[in-house]
Amino acid sequence: MSGVIKTLPIEITVNGRRRTLEVAVHHTLLDVLREDLELTGTKECCLVGECGACTVMVDGRIVDSCLMLAVEADGAEILTVEGLARDGHLNPLQQAFLDKGAVQCGFCTPGQLMAAQALLVENPHPNVAEVQEGLAGNLCRCGCYYQIFEAVLSVAEAGSR
Amino acid sequence: MRTFAYERPVSLADAVALLDSHGPSTRLLAGGTDLIIRLRDGSARPGMVIDVKRIPELCPEIRERDGVLTIGATTVMADLAANGLVRRHFEALAEAASVVGSVQIRNRATIAGNICNASPAADTAPPLLVYGAVVVAAGPHGSRRIPISEFFVRSGLTSLEPNELVVAIELPVPASLTGAVHLRRTRRRGHDLASVTLCCSVNEAGVTRLAYGSVGPKPVLEQDETHVLANPSAPDDAKQVVLERMFAEASPSKRSMRASPEYRMAMLRLLGSRAMRTAIERLAEKRGAQA
Repeated sequence: MSGVIKTLPIEITVNGRRRTLEVAVHHTLLDVLREDLELTGTKECCLVGECGACTVMVDGRIVDSCLMLAVEADGAEILTVEGLARDGHLNPLQQAFLDKGAVQCGFCTPGQLMAAQALLVENPHPNVAEVQEGLAGNLCRCGCYYQIFEAVLSVAEAGSR
Repeated sequence: MRTFAYERPVSLADAVALLDSHGPSTRLLAGGTDLIIRLRDGSARPGMVIDVKRIPELCPEIRERDGVLTIGATTVMADLAANGLVRRHFEALAEAASVVGSVQIRNRATIAGNICNASPAADTAPPLLVYGAVVVAAGPHGSRRIPISEFFVRSGLTSLEPNELVVAIELPVPASLTGAVHLRRTRRRGHDLASVTLCCSVNEAGVTRLAYGSVGPKPVLEQDETHVLANPSAPDDAKQVVLERMFAEASPSKRSMRASPEYRMAMLRLLGSRAMRTAIERLAEKRGAQA
């Protein structure tokens, strides 16, 4: 049984585009996004669900894509960082990350953006503590937390005006 | 990651048949927040992974009928924490679910996975023990109900047979007003495994139940039949004697990296006293709200 790589067909919608793929059953959603679909905005880092660099949205909820098999996503709608910008315009969070200097090396940024996006959808006017809790699963080893929280809060405030 | 056969049964009978014929070489996949890590690091090397998320009987659903709340096996922590019925009747369980991992983890980690993994640090274990949960398991000979106090055997081991799986968790809605709280101690705030977990409930009859985890091979449940703990006029030193007796089962490991045995015992006592106070306060609030 071992040695032979087993595959299954799956159908997923990624950033609004329907995809039919044949995936190895032991490949994660992260593997398939990066390797098969060449969507390398989603980052591979800790692979144990602690750093959040691989955060994507599956059916409207953020998950660590390193902890989900691609076959488990069969039938799901997936949003990655590549799907945030529309018609060549950054989404408000992306713009705020630039404006507030929330990006240093940039490696954690896609995951931070996805977590922040999910937070604001669920809670459009979070306070600092709620932003910290919402982003607790996303590590930034450059230590940009202050700027990241500022960026998220600025979008929340702009939305309330 | 090594490859494996992947099965996604759409009926409970199919899942049980797969387990019955392949038993020890299979692993059940629910949220995957523990299993995928173990598949990757090689500490789990199953020939077959059985994804249980398309089995209707295990679906993520929380319903109340005849004084029993039934939680489908694949209900995730985020939904458990946000559910109105859980928050109303089982506040400590909602609290425990809300501190598991991060948002990303809580969106995937399931209640059945949390208990079947049988980690001594499982956050939902103490409240499930305190609330007298019953695990509904299915196997080739039908289903059976296992009291949660008989479910945990030791770290990584439950009383499930190799050909059984968890279908749902049942929680009897407390017959009398109950105040309860879940507390945990971690190395840092946010995303961490617990060094001590503790849940305490006090009801109108004066019965205190206390469950704690991460201080021994399995979570422990104790009940104070003397009513001393719940008695506001009982002297503090009398309460300390009772609490100390309840913590007799704690045996924290010397080998754990997260905290020393001395620290865990000290924190267990601290959390125990704090939880007692909060549970009594919450009970009083509920009495007030009813009056």
